[in-house]
Amino acid sequence: MAVSIRIPTILRTYTDGASEVTVEPSTPTLAGVIEALEAAAPGISARVLDEAGQLRRFVNIYVDDDDVRFTDGLATPVGEKASVSIIPAVAGG
Amino acid sequence: MKVPTPSDHSDRKDEGKGLAMSVISVSHDASLDAAPATPDFGPADRLICRECGASYSLGAAYACVECFGPLEIGYNFGTVTRADIEAGPSSMWRYSCLLPVASYAGTEPNLNPGLTRLVKADNLARALGMTGTLWVKDDSGNPTHSFKDRVVAVAQSAARRLGLNTIACASTGNLANAVAAAAARGGQQSVVVIPSDLEQGKILTTAAYGGTLLAVKGNYDDVNRLCSELIGDPLTADWGFVNVNLRPYYAEGSKTVGYEIAEQLGWRLPQQVVAPIASGSLLTKVDKAFREFVSLGLVDDTAYRVFGAQATGCSPVAAAFRAGHDVVRPVRPSTIAKSLAIGNPADGPYALDVVRRTGGVIEDVSDVEIVEGIRLLAETEGIFAETAGGVVVANLRKLLASGQLDPAAETVILNTGDGLKTLDAIASEVGPTAIIDADVDEVTAVLARTSVADVTEGR
Repeated sequence: MAVSIRIPTILRTYTDGASEVTVEPSTPTLAGVIEALEAAAPGISARVLDEAGQLRRFVNIYVDDDDVRFTDGLATPVGEKASVSIIPAVAGG
Repeated sequence: MKVPTPSDHSDRKDEGKGLAMSVISVSHDASLDAAPATPDFGPADRLICRECGASYSLGAAYACVECFGPLEIGYNFGTVTRADIEAGPSSMWRYSCLLPVASYAGTEPNLNPGLTRLVKADNLARALGMTGTLWVKDDSGNPTHSFKDRVVAVAQSAARRLGLNTIACASTGNLANAVAAAAARGGQQSVVVIPSDLEQGKILTTAAYGGTLLAVKGNYDDVNRLCSELIGDPLTADWGFVNVNLRPYYAEGSKTVGYEIAEQLGWRLPQQVVAPIASGSLLTKVDKAFREFVSLGLVDDTAYRVFGAQATGCSPVAAAFRAGHDVVRPVRPSTIAKSLAIGNPADGPYALDVVRRTGGVIEDVSDVEIVEGIRLLAETEGIFAETAGGVVVANLRKLLASGQLDPAAETVILNTGDGLKTLDAIASEVGPTAIIDADVDEVTAVLARTSVADVTEGR
């Protein structure tokens, strides 16, 4: 199962500048995707998850078009050919 | 004070361009340390992460490499006196020495916003049973009729210093107006991205200024996400998204609301402030302005309480306040107060901190109450507010009714925008008293049917 992940500018130092990374998670959840991403880009998961292993307060992750805070968080299912976006939270106007 | 000619700073055109930034206290990548010398940002000397305290050199950056926390401007203020400020221009640029801008920023082409009126609202106070003085800080008087002109003015200046030729934004409408107008006046390109279901008034009043206007099928959070994804794309290499990669600068513009309130009250702080919450930034910056004035010795350190106002249809911060949480669970907005319809407010946790620290409350009101709030302010004070202003007035009423806000304390409420932008909200609620022929007898008949009080109140 291949899942593509959009990497924000701020994290591209971990991906050799790549804006998109494709991984093959062993479990079909967001947690599995982050685990696979960490294997491909060591160190990146600590930027996305806090010490307790939870999503950091100022990180938004979308699976396809859904903010995972509205779905099941790290347990959100990630299907075949899903697209995951990691986006720093910004406030608005 | 010397005002540099363009040649004085034209060589700075490309400094700090893009997202590259040098890390002062933390470093992961040596290439990040290669940024050139810092452009002139006046008293600002660094970016600081609000979460972990990591500091960075000034540039077009908005999130901490360490923890994704939002970056904020760090300053080294010199001595600032009341006389210095009072001698400044009749605009927000009188506070240039407290903003991340060069001393000459106000002389470059811009909309010169700020120094809006502080209206003593005796009629509204009486209608609400308040015995303390009530003031309305009326930011509908800004050039594009909302407080967003302030934040854009600072971001526009930052874009110039950083060599970014296009100013862009994700907007719920007011910011769209402000960016498009500021770019037109400043001779810059603009790209404005809005949800396609915005009030027509806000769409037309943005389009009128020219520039590129993209209406996205989705809500504000979708628009914000799109803009976040555009950053880093080569397409936007010389763009400054005022509320994304220029956000640390932009947000500081809101401090001028707080500075003005204190100066207009005669260099003192009010006892209570009621501010709307969308992202939560304005509320936190008004508090920051008060704290800065205190620490600079410009006002006495008197106690004040900050209250937050949301619409029930988008009230994630009010919900977190009631639940005692310090994180904000995002919601999907559904309210007529579109300028406050940010379901995932990044500054929500900081707004919670300010309100709790000062002993305030965050409440929310229904769309029906918002319209009542708009009408009450218009009918008592002749101030026609947009829906966000209605949210504030309605929350003021609710907080008074529940005994959470002191009716005897001096209170300032913020009206952040003009009702002409959100006519849809009241279109079904107000209209002519009567439709008549051009005949004196018909006027007489209408007046006989309608009490004088009702007529004079325009009901």
